[in-house]
Amino acid sequence: MAMNRRAFLRTSAISAAALSTLSLKSFSAFAAEDAINIASLYDNSGGLDIYGKPIVDALTFAVEELNSGGGLLGRPLNLIKYDTQSNMQLYAQYAQQAALKDRAAVVHAGITSASREVVRPVLDRYKTLYFYNNQYEGGVCDRNFFGTGVTPGQTVEKLVSHVTKKWGKKVYIVAADYNYGQIVTAWVKKYVEQAGGQSVGIEFFPLDVTNFGATISKIQEAKPDFVWSALVGGAHMSFYRQWKAAGMTGKLPIASTTFAGGNEHIVLSSEESNGILICQNYVQELATPQNQAFVERFHKRFGADYPYITELAMGAYQGMMLWAEGVRQAGTVERMAVIESLEKGISLELPSGKVSVDPATHHCVLDVHIAEVRDRRLEVIESFAQQGPSDTAAVCNLVKNPRDAKQYSIAL
Amino acid sequence: MDWAAIFSLQIVSAIATLVLLSIGLAVVFGMMKIINLAHGEFMMLGGYVAVLATHNLHVPIWISILVLAPLSVGLFGMLVERLLVRHLYGRMVDTMLATWGLSLALTGTATMLFGNTTVGISSPLPGISIGAYQTSGYGLFVIAVAVVVLLGMWALLRFTHFGLCARATMQNAKMAAALGANPGRIYSLTSGLGAALAGLGGAVLAPLTGVIPTLGASYIAKAFITVIGGGSAVITGTLTAASGFGLISQVVTFFSTPVFGEVALLLAAIVLIRVLPQGITGRFFRRAF
Repeated sequence: MAMNRRAFLRTSAISAAALSTLSLKSFSAFAAEDAINIASLYDNSGGLDIYGKPIVDALTFAVEELNSGGGLLGRPLNLIKYDTQSNMQLYAQYAQQAALKDRAAVVHAGITSASREVVRPVLDRYKTLYFYNNQYEGGVCDRNFFGTGVTPGQTVEKLVSHVTKKWGKKVYIVAADYNYGQIVTAWVKKYVEQAGGQSVGIEFFPLDVTNFGATISKIQEAKPDFVWSALVGGAHMSFYRQWKAAGMTGKLPIASTTFAGGNEHIVLSSEESNGILICQNYVQELATPQNQAFVERFHKRFGADYPYITELAMGAYQGMMLWAEGVRQAGTVERMAVIESLEKGISLELPSGKVSVDPATHHCVLDVHIAEVRDRRLEVIESFAQQGPSDTAAVCNLVKNPRDAKQYSIAL
Repeated sequence: MDWAAIFSLQIVSAIATLVLLSIGLAVVFGMMKIINLAHGEFMMLGGYVAVLATHNLHVPIWISILVLAPLSVGLFGMLVERLLVRHLYGRMVDTMLATWGLSLALTGTATMLFGNTTVGISSPLPGISIGAYQTSGYGLFVIAVAVVVLLGMWALLRFTHFGLCARATMQNAKMAAALGANPGRIYSLTSGLGAALAGLGGAVLAPLTGVIPTLGASYIAKAFITVIGGGSAVITGTLTAASGFGLISQVVTFFSTPVFGEVALLLAAIVLIRVLPQGITGRFFRRAF
């Protein structure tokens, strides 16, 4: 069936509309005839949409690029986008729908670790390949799962040793109260102690907490040398606002594993965010020709005023491209064949630098950069090439134990 | 010493926050016996007015918070009273259903218009230092607004003709009408006043919390707890209940986490309602406003 790009876009738009109104199964089957279905489950609304929106745009962009290059194996890709509305229940529901109804060849899903652990068992059960493209706390060991984001062994370790040299050895950790925040806090504590420091305070906040007044006073009482933030979502952005309102900006520095992931550096004023240090796989400001060409193409598609291509967005783009390369090398979209070809250690030159799949952990070897927030930009101040997922590698070996399907976590 | 000052300031600002959350609801519930389940959404609207006027229309932030937000939400409240609540006086369950429906509609409309995304404005005041500690100057502003609101409400009820007529209408509407007051007008103005105070509260808190269409849901429970805990006297009730709950939740927050602070607040409310089913002013300060 010959299909030019315009006709394909039209049919996929129709099928997406049909899906979103939950109508007429036959309609979606019409587009699914020849196209390869890919599903994405991301929060495009609600408190986590600050992360979700750039991710969905990046996935859309990746699929459009693949399709304009002729699709995969001569078939167009059909990206089915589900908006999980920052609601865990919808992750379970849409994951089933993606696996059983859409028969998706791959599902890209999940922002928070909580949502990942909802989706992962569902996709394991229905034998549907799962890509999780975010930075997270590490430790997931599952042959059906590929994690293209960075983990604490790649970022936290680097940033901790950087800031303990720069600012001092006492840290106060504020973190989101769910698995990500808890586990990442344990890593921060461990690395700070390894560097000869200590944590003088740890506090966890549910995602809807907006009042940090008492905490800001407590931080001052504990007199740390710096604050580590693993705060997540729109509500927690109040922390940085109230930090500035209390006049703490510039007095006590902040390092973060999550800042800028949701465009906090764009949404907040520069007085509220200047000087915060982060460590990521990707910042839009990377000066490589590969990245500059990417940013130009992306801006052409979404407008030059696009707020920022976040690390999470780049992660999604990388995840899609790695999967596509796996399909090309396997010559099929069949799950096991794709997993096996990815396990050969597929490696691509992408805007963030070289990204290779680590066969033993299904995580990635990639570059990381320490950057400082300055006037709504992320200025790279130190780079580390080709970092492996050392934390996950210490506990996970899928070459030896291919039947493993769990998340290991650091002992507290 | 500095530490004690900071600690006390946090407690007073928690109390002020509760006052601002609940005073609008207390006016409508205490004076008209209307349970306004859309109160949280009135606050959310106030927050949006403040944020949008400041960002998009470039109105000075103080004017958008202190004038535009209460004014527009107050007018909206009068409109709601005229179109919706007026037809349901004396039917408590029906008003609850109607205002609940309104709250859902407002959340949905705000989501469609503004998107389900947190927007915010930066706090316009610099930090202040007390000894070795830094705290938010905006916290003092919140306290000041709460004090002015309470004093203003007291003066309004105590010294003005409207206050007298309002109190008379609340006690016995038919008798007040026979003596020449116009209950329809009083109800309309009281609704407007309650809504305006809700709008003001939402706007004043917006720089601290940010605004999202579902914001009302996070306010409404605390507002109701404070109003029910306070009992029927609008000002004294709100102040005593807010003081008790604010103190308890903030002390617990300081010594553990905000989560346990909330838990302590709810536990305190349960105990209070069990011991004093009519609220604090049902038992004490019975002659107060």
